[in-house]
Amino acid sequence: MKPNRHIYFPAAMMLLSAATMSAQTGEPYIHDPSTIMKCDGKYYTFGTGGGGLISDDGYHWHGGGVRPGRGAAPDVVKIGDRYLVAYSATGGGLGGGHSGKVLTMWNKTLDPNSPDFEYSEPIEVAYSEDNEDCDAIDPGLLLDPTTGRLWCSYGTYFGFIRLVELDPATGARKEGNEAINIAIDCEATDLLYRNGWYYLLGTHGTCCDGPNSTYNIVVGRSKNIEGPYLDNMGRDMLEGGGKMVASSGNRRTGAGHFGRYIEDDGVEKMSLHFEADFDRGGRSVLAVLPLLWKNDWPVAGDPFVEDTYEIESERRGYGLELAVDFIRMQGGLHRFWEPQKEPIEPLKDQTLEEVIDTWPSGNIDVRIGDYMFRPHQKWTVTAVPDAGGYLGAPYYKITIEGTDRALAATADKEVTTVEHFTGSDEQLWRIEQLIDGTYRIMPKATPGCDEELALVSVADSTPSLGKFDFSSDNSKWNFRKR
Amino acid sequence: MRTTRLIWQGVIYASLSCGIATAPLYASGKGDQSSGLTPYFSKAESKTATPSKEGFIGRWLMLEPIDKPNRSNTVFNDSYLKETFNTEYFPGQMTAWPKAGQKVKVGNQTLKWHSLDSKLFNVKLFRFATGLEKQYYGVLFWVVTAIDCEEEIPDVRMSVGSNSASMWWLNGEEAVLLSGDRRMVMDDCTSKRLTLKKGRNIIRGAIINGPGMSDFCLRFLHEDGTPVTNFTISNE
Repeated sequence: MKPNRHIYFPAAMMLLSAATMSAQTGEPYIHDPSTIMKCDGKYYTFGTGGGGLISDDGYHWHGGGVRPGRGAAPDVVKIGDRYLVAYSATGGGLGGGHSGKVLTMWNKTLDPNSPDFEYSEPIEVAYSEDNEDCDAIDPGLLLDPTTGRLWCSYGTYFGFIRLVELDPATGARKEGNEAINIAIDCEATDLLYRNGWYYLLGTHGTCCDGPNSTYNIVVGRSKNIEGPYLDNMGRDMLEGGGKMVASSGNRRTGAGHFGRYIEDDGVEKMSLHFEADFDRGGRSVLAVLPLLWKNDWPVAGDPFVEDTYEIESERRGYGLELAVDFIRMQGGLHRFWEPQKEPIEPLKDQTLEEVIDTWPSGNIDVRIGDYMFRPHQKWTVTAVPDAGGYLGAPYYKITIEGTDRALAATADKEVTTVEHFTGSDEQLWRIEQLIDGTYRIMPKATPGCDEELALVSVADSTPSLGKFDFSSDNSKWNFRKR
Repeated sequence: MRTTRLIWQGVIYASLSCGIATAPLYASGKGDQSSGLTPYFSKAESKTATPSKEGFIGRWLMLEPIDKPNRSNTVFNDSYLKETFNTEYFPGQMTAWPKAGQKVKVGNQTLKWHSLDSKLFNVKLFRFATGLEKQYYGVLFWVVTAIDCEEEIPDVRMSVGSNSASMWWLNGEEAVLLSGDRRMVMDDCTSKRLTLKKGRNIIRGAIINGPGMSDFCLRFLHEDGTPVTNFTISNE
């Protein structure tokens, strides 16, 4: 045992009066982002008015995406080795006419610098006339994984949301197909399929009002792609039904234009915009949130909040901890089988200062044990903004509260803690909320190993690194404040 | 009051039982010692044994309990255990291969090795002690077995549950430590990834217990969590 371990008070930590959470960085300015596509290692999304955003890592975004045709609220689906982009030419917007057109076009790549980058001629697949109960804009695409059929929803508050079938080979309207009304009272719709259900996600509330925008994303579901789409109360979306998926919060208002991204089995994310990011002067920004599923209903998870937590293994419910001596607390033991007469004095928590000198220097292994809110079990999770990111979030360092001792992956595919955080890749962690609300925790890199590994419980009390398996609680963790 | 591990246990019993004696440190039964083992163990008579289909190793050479008084198991932190388990209690403790019936001297105690097959997935050390009418509280158990592999088996983990704390070695190398006042749970703690070499592999274990039940279970797991079963077990 080497005494005199110093307590660590990083300046940034001192300045944080409250927990913080991550948001997309760079220049993520967009409205109506299309479903995020990954193409040749980069991420792309397109928005209203033309152009789009590109990201190398899914966290830092910048302009540069190219989508001709301007118009409103595009969407993208990958079919085979090509991307089908749907967008709309609007007739005049909120106060204008309601004639609109939905068009589709193909591209082999979304990278404007690729020699293969070339959009095909747009094809009109739906339209509305001025006096019609429909606004043929805001398309959403679904390639049905069960049938291979291609569907497009479109429309706004002005009348019906409609569904048409397209030819997945050409992107054109299926011959003889008649549009079906499937909802009212929403816009910027999208469709998805999961577990035998078709979901129609629409944006409800007031658009385009910056910090006062009440835009929110609602959902209904159906066993049939053609509806009826009912909400959790059994209300048809044709009668205004819709269950909330995402809304304002965390200093951002106006949640709109849903897009689903499947990262891995059990790891899903949703893209959307917030019409006003209060921390960015009220500009409309891209957001990427965890997509959770509760009783077969989608719901947006919250951004991960930097704070100090118990990291609880879903396997048995024990907490991740340093493998150090458990220091018993003195006092507080009472003869509970006898009447107690002494006055009640609250017990103080065990402090880091009381135990840190019993910890060895150098690396200390980790294990999983009964959580007792002791210093060796409290982990501070802090974003490392300059270390890159992954879709929706930055990498984090995970340190014992009040110290610089950091969780790290090892060359033998195990986990340990190093005495001082250096910022190396094996000390950076990717934290993603899973569809069931638990979390996946992955090192940015494991020394000498090309595999993507996750923090796993290989026994009730033993953590390690292993292949992520959503079907096993060994791969799942919870961040608990208690 | 079924909890047996509270630090206050003795006081509670003393307070609540109104003069009823607390449990003795030695079993009080008389007669044929081996009959006390029968519900839990049988003598290891075959040349080799195999693990259960779940991979649990049931054949062990077990030394009669070493006297190691502890009124509570709450003292079993890592430092205490490393010091205790790395203390030599008898010659050849970490190197010699004992024979059934062989006796060793530990302080004033003369203790005998027994070669037994557990009838359960776990090895009931408490019943081993009581079955032999030996001390069963405040004790340190030493066990050893050998497994023979036809081929090298890489990337396995030794997976142990024990009551209470324990330390385990594979071929002389420390593999896993179970610290604290533990209950025996299958797959409670595992080693890091290990390789079972072709041929003989020696497993040694030390289990310490103050008051209460004492037992352990041990198996090896593949990377995917399935048990390793393609080996034989020998006490010869």
